[in-house]
Amino acid sequence: MRRILFLIEKEFKQIFRNAVLLRMMLVAPIMQLILLSLAANFEVKDLKVTIVDSDHSTYSSRLISKFSHIDNFRLYSFVPSYKLAQLQLLQNKADLIIVIPPYFERDLYRENKAELQLMVNAIDGSKAGIASGYASSIIQDFNREIRSENYPTSIDQSTEAIQVVNQYWYNPQLNYKTFMVPGILFELLLLIGALIAALNIVREKEIGTMEQLNVTPIKKYQFILGKLTPFVIIGLVQFTVGLLVGLFLFNIPLEGSLLLMYGFALLFLLLSVGLGLFISNISQTMQQAMFAAFFCLVLFILLSGLFASTENMPQWAQYLNYLNPLKYIIEVGRNVMLKGSSFYEVRHQFFALLLLTASTLSLATWRYRKTA
Amino acid sequence: MKRFFAFVHKEFLHIFRDRRTLLILFGLPFVQVLLFGFALTNEIKYARIAILDNNKGIHSGQITSRLLSSGYFQLEENLISYPQIEQAFRKGTIKMVVVFPPDFDLEYERQQTSQIQLLADASEQNTAISLVNYASAIIRDYTNEQNPLTVRPMTIDIRSRMVFNPELKGAFVFVPGVMAMVLLLVSAMMTSVTIAREKEMGTMEVLAVSPLSQMQIIFGKVLPYLLLSFINGCLIIALGIFVLHIPLNGSLILLLAETLLFIFLALSIGIFISTLTNSQLVAMFASLVIMLMPTIFLSGFIFPIESMPKALQVISNIIPAKYFIAIVKGIMIKGIGIDSLLKETVILVGMSVVFIVISLKKLKTRSA
Repeated sequence: MRRILFLIEKEFKQIFRNAVLLRMMLVAPIMQLILLSLAANFEVKDLKVTIVDSDHSTYSSRLISKFSHIDNFRLYSFVPSYKLAQLQLLQNKADLIIVIPPYFERDLYRENKAELQLMVNAIDGSKAGIASGYASSIIQDFNREIRSENYPTSIDQSTEAIQVVNQYWYNPQLNYKTFMVPGILFELLLLIGALIAALNIVREKEIGTMEQLNVTPIKKYQFILGKLTPFVIIGLVQFTVGLLVGLFLFNIPLEGSLLLMYGFALLFLLLSVGLGLFISNISQTMQQAMFAAFFCLVLFILLSGLFASTENMPQWAQYLNYLNPLKYIIEVGRNVMLKGSSFYEVRHQFFALLLLTASTLSLATWRYRKTA
Repeated sequence: MKRFFAFVHKEFLHIFRDRRTLLILFGLPFVQVLLFGFALTNEIKYARIAILDNNKGIHSGQITSRLLSSGYFQLEENLISYPQIEQAFRKGTIKMVVVFPPDFDLEYERQQTSQIQLLADASEQNTAISLVNYASAIIRDYTNEQNPLTVRPMTIDIRSRMVFNPELKGAFVFVPGVMAMVLLLVSAMMTSVTIAREKEMGTMEVLAVSPLSQMQIIFGKVLPYLLLSFINGCLIIALGIFVLHIPLNGSLILLLAETLLFIFLALSIGIFISTLTNSQLVAMFASLVIMLMPTIFLSGFIFPIESMPKALQVISNIIPAKYFIAIVKGIMIKGIGIDSLLKETVILVGMSVVFIVISLKKLKTRSA
């Protein structure tokens, strides 16, 4: 036991001696948590609209003025022809183009029907869907308005026989930060924990100090414990600061138990540094370790459900995700913090993480050869 | 010049001797682009929902089966009381609950306004909004079919055209982003380590007293990686076109030239990082931790730049991937030429020059 404590003390001294690294480990993640949480916003805002008005009638200008009063739209320009409008789509100067044909107003009166064209830049499919949805609903509102002006007795309302009432639970203001911050926090913990642990150990291999440790009477598990503990402690400090930032800067609710959150954070940190240890065992140089870490981390991050919902992924990716610790911990973070889930309700995630942690650590210990 | 080539030759040998790194260098981007190209999508399919039908009438039943046969939803459980809703949400398996009030059918038949409640779990917000929108549209269609009105006066018929990506495929937005991220990070991480390693091992001093100039040392280090990364880039583009079916509407030559430019920039960022630090550990940490997350978050890869706070929009201008993503989308999907991409290209060139010049200066003062 004393040996482990000495080893831990030594590791801490080493970490604190490297001022640049220490700063990067503590400051970089917190800065990123703050900055990136502000950036993480899927909201569709400031859509650039270009209008081709070939009618120049009262109705066409009334419709256009509707668009200029909506926050999501920014009227960018009016162009005289369809061709020029297309050019604006190509040059990224427009997200949405509304083409009002000649005789738009006349057709509405005479034929009872007129056609409007929307051209949407759809490279980003989900943004395009939302943009055209917004635009259509504005046009339909306008349609209803002119209809009731001309035909006051029209029974337009009756089509709305079913009223749909929406409620957004756990995040009624639909604030993106509420659901991004817990995720980003764990993402950073994994990134820092796994990477630093991996690099730190390979470094000893590379500069030869590993052999010095190998000739000491220290046991395998003692060595690993001694190596991992400082990183877990630093990780817990990061987690605490991150949590405070989330609670007080971003006003994220903490509905569930704080103790539960810390329990999971500890488990997750053990897993992260265990992963780092494992990576260090399979690599010979720091460069290899870094690339291996990069590969695993990006895989975990992008498949975690932070950016794209995991349920929408193809089946094989969902199977792959059974091995993704970040997926479970993000679920836990959101469930406990936002919904106040109890341990019983997140027990599946707990057992999954426990299993992953146990296998990572035993794999790492098994692969670690004292003979280097 | 002969000395320079001898040096480049030596660097090549270094790289090729390390088979594992080489495998990672080529294998990793390949696997990542494929994986994310297929896995990342925002299209909603079979989201799990629960139904609380207090009415059990004809209409509520029909609407339920409409929802479930749409392909967007699948039934996870039937609830029988309100308190169960909260329990179901807290377990986290369902995304939405549809609630029919007790006298739904009756009110519907009487043409009074009957109500359906859609309760969505907005702790995963994007999904919540989409699900509510899909469900509302399906319900609206149902009512419209039930009372087919005669031709309504003054109808504006909206024709929407989804330009560039009519099938709204998610790959169109994710693949260019993954390409940029992988090329940038792999290239930058490689060079950031090489010089830091020479410093750490003390071999940098050997190089410093050699007759090679600073410029030659830097370019000698970069050249092999430039070549390898470019092959990598070509591989990734081929994957995008042939496997992930991103169209190539513009010029292939231009795309390759821009890729080469972007890789050069990434490598010079790596060189820049390594001149700032003395240890591999710090160099790696800087290139991975400081570059990875901002590239994912601030480049427009995942989150739209227009929606960020103004200050972050300004910061996003220094993220190189932002410009490369615009270039890849422009050339491949829109088919535009260099004239429309001049701004992005000039910025990438400018960034490379700045990083190279600063690195040269730093190296000089260090070794002097």
